[in-house]
Amino acid sequence: MFKEFAKGLSITFKHLMPGHSTTVEYPKQKLAPSARFRGLHRLVPAHQREKCVACYLCPTVCPAKCITVDAAENERGEKYPRVYTIDLLRCIFCGYCVEACPVEALEMTGTYELANYKRADFEFTKERLLK
Amino acid sequence: MTPEIVTLANNPALYLVSMFAKIFGVFAVVMGMVAYATWVERKVIGRMQTRLGPTMTGPAGLLQPIADGLKLFFKEDIIPTKAHKVAFLLAPMMILVPALITFAVVPFGGDIRVGDYLVPLQITDLNVGVLYIFAMSGLGVYGIVLAGWSSNSKYSLLGGIRSSAQMISYELAMGLSLVSIFMLSETLSLRGLVEAQSGYGWYAFKQPLAFVLFFVAMMAEVNRTPFDLPEAETELVSGFCTEYSSMKYALFFMAEYANMITMSGITATLFLGGADGPFPGVINFLIKVFACMFFMIWVRATFPRLRYDQLMNLGWKIMIPLTLVNIAVTAVVIVVLQ
Repeated sequence: MFKEFAKGLSITFKHLMPGHSTTVEYPKQKLAPSARFRGLHRLVPAHQREKCVACYLCPTVCPAKCITVDAAENERGEKYPRVYTIDLLRCIFCGYCVEACPVEALEMTGTYELANYKRADFEFTKERLLK
Repeated sequence: MTPEIVTLANNPALYLVSMFAKIFGVFAVVMGMVAYATWVERKVIGRMQTRLGPTMTGPAGLLQPIADGLKLFFKEDIIPTKAHKVAFLLAPMMILVPALITFAVVPFGGDIRVGDYLVPLQITDLNVGVLYIFAMSGLGVYGIVLAGWSSNSKYSLLGGIRSSAQMISYELAMGLSLVSIFMLSETLSLRGLVEAQSGYGWYAFKQPLAFVLFFVAMMAEVNRTPFDLPEAETELVSGFCTEYSSMKYALFFMAEYANMITMSGITATLFLGGADGPFPGVINFLIKVFACMFFMIWVRATFPRLRYDQLMNLGWKIMIPLTLVNIAVTAVVIVVLQ
């Protein structure tokens, strides 16, 4: 019985030594998310515009129906998304949109601090997604 | 005989001044230690559970006790409508006051020489010092029982009942474990006990079993974790102080830590030779008190709470027989050595 007591005490004492704390003091220190982390979406830019060709695959595959795309034609005759909006309040961060994209125009970043004050702030328009 | 009576008694003014200085000094130190014991406890337990403990208020969270005190000070003071008002108000005081006044008999250092006078570092030396300590720790239980009963809440009542049962079982073991000490020292005065242990003849070495039993019983007396059944956050929602809020709750909190400090002081005096040791008197004493308190915190971080029947088994079936055996063996050894 006393052996077990001593063992328990020695374990807690070992943890008292510096360097055993696993706490991350969050707002001051932040853990880097892994490369595969599915955070906020980002539209990849290429040649002064977004890579997206408005093929409608991402809104089609989206299980939460949170992506709105409206295609149009620009002055060079290319198809581009006039409107590209992700409603982050509906998004479930499944990453199917990224998988579906045939031109790799959409990716997911490591941004996970997504809290906001107004519902409107969760509407990520094309301009915000391109940042 | 205290040297103070020989020298200072002829000069009532000086006697009063030295008395007040000691009382205020001890009170201030104990209250400061109460405040920072909470900080140390949170830090140490945090570290032991691989957390950090308080870090935000001040450097390394050092202002946390002050922040806690201020927060409790500004909280609303609620008295349940069906509570017994007088008893409800009296209970927290009845816990804190015995915890503090027990320190009156604890010698916290050797004698110091001020001019022509010898001033003992002890508020007063009663020739029945240990009995006084038992009386005061017994009185503290009334506070808990009163708090439990007057709150008019089932959790509080259960906490109060548990504490009275626990105190009765462990006070016995505690008292009996000290009997073997008195057989060696032949005095009940704490000053005499410290003198009997001077020169590293500490009773912790001469009476290791009594020391262990006393320490366990002491932790049960002050409701520290393996024996914190009266509080038992998880089952009794902090037991006897469920219905208390604001500064009244703070008084319970302070009483717990004051009890811890007092009991550590008593352990240091009775078993660890008081101010005996390599450093100047008071420092030795403080080191021993801190060591005892650290051990109590350490135990709290390590062991889970006992079940109620285990608590009673340990008290009546293990501790008390062991103390009786210890007394018998000590008696035989003393007689043989004579």
